[in-house]
Amino acid sequence: MIYNYYPGCTLSTKAQKLDRAARRAAEALGFPLVELPEWQCCGAVYPMAPDAIAERLSAVRALAAAKAKGGVLVTLCSACHHVLKRVNHDMATKPEIAAKVNAYLQLEEPYQGETQVLHYLEVLRDHIGWGNLAKQVKNPLKGRLVGGYYGCMLLRPGQVMTMDDPERPRILEDFLKALGATPVEYGMRNECCAGYLAVTQKDLCQRMVGEIKGNAAGCGAQELITACPLCAYNLVANAEANTIPVAYFTELLAEALGVAEGGAE
Amino acid sequence: MELKGKELAAQLLRLADTDVDRCIQCGRCSASCPMGDKMDLLPSRMVWELINGRGEDIMAAKSPWVCLSCMACQQRCPKGVSPCAIMEAARLLHIRQQGGNRLTAEELERYPEDMPQQALVAAFRKYNK
Repeated sequence: MIYNYYPGCTLSTKAQKLDRAARRAAEALGFPLVELPEWQCCGAVYPMAPDAIAERLSAVRALAAAKAKGGVLVTLCSACHHVLKRVNHDMATKPEIAAKVNAYLQLEEPYQGETQVLHYLEVLRDHIGWGNLAKQVKNPLKGRLVGGYYGCMLLRPGQVMTMDDPERPRILEDFLKALGATPVEYGMRNECCAGYLAVTQKDLCQRMVGEIKGNAAGCGAQELITACPLCAYNLVANAEANTIPVAYFTELLAEALGVAEGGAE
Repeated sequence: MELKGKELAAQLLRLADTDVDRCIQCGRCSASCPMGDKMDLLPSRMVWELINGRGEDIMAAKSPWVCLSCMACQQRCPKGVSPCAIMEAARLLHIRQQGGNRLTAEELERYPEDMPQQALVAAFRKYNK
């Protein structure tokens, strides 16, 4: 199987740690990521209005390219994953939208949502398996109390994202257990970090981040992991000083597998 | 030409693409909203306005500009209604008008250097056309 990979704009620049650790870990686990050529930014937010056709085109270009290369497309960024999965769902289930998009793109064969979009975590869970992942861990993260932070986009809307139970998620907790860490559950792990309000209303981000990190720390978490570059930014840049550290989930994965940057291998 | 009354409500409904008549006004959307205390018109009121064929209060509200599109309201609605799609519809009706942009490209210069592209692209999608 070819694991076509869509890194997205932020992983190529500001979130390179999320990207590089993921590629090294995927190699180590035997599912090398093959970056799609000529991908374009997904647009970062899902265009909710049914008449927003142009906003869906870049996602469909990536989806159609993956269809031609085996039909699987892996993403890491919560936003890319969210946009690609939802636009893919539109192409499969909303004929008016699909007809207009196809009329623009004039592909050799109309695209109708055939590609399977997978988050990297879904590959770990459904293709590798937590048991197999655990067996390949070289440096178990013993004694580490880690809170998984889901945020909004990974899980919702649950019917379309189909990644996990949107109110009782466990994919990050299972992931942490496989790495030998102790997952810490806290109530606000699937609440929004205030996202793009970082650009316009920083004070509201600071409030949300304060509540989320306070809740996580109050439940015993000593560090947080996320899959989203914007969450990672907000959880640090809009947090009070000396609050618990935040990493990408792939950084912990690479560390546990012994393939961390600057590590022994 | 500015839309009014039933025409405005119909346009908002067309863009929101959600069945407001299923709403039972239980208020779970408003209770779920992390920005609820900053909203002048709560998500459940947005839905109520459209049920009653009105759009003026929705278009005058500040709520769409603090809405995070986090989809908590939609996810937790027991009837499958999407208040955040109404927020999006209101934003679009504002920013699609000539001069309706909320951000300028020049403002980019004052954003922190470590701010991810994802934040900027998202904000420009939500606040500009």
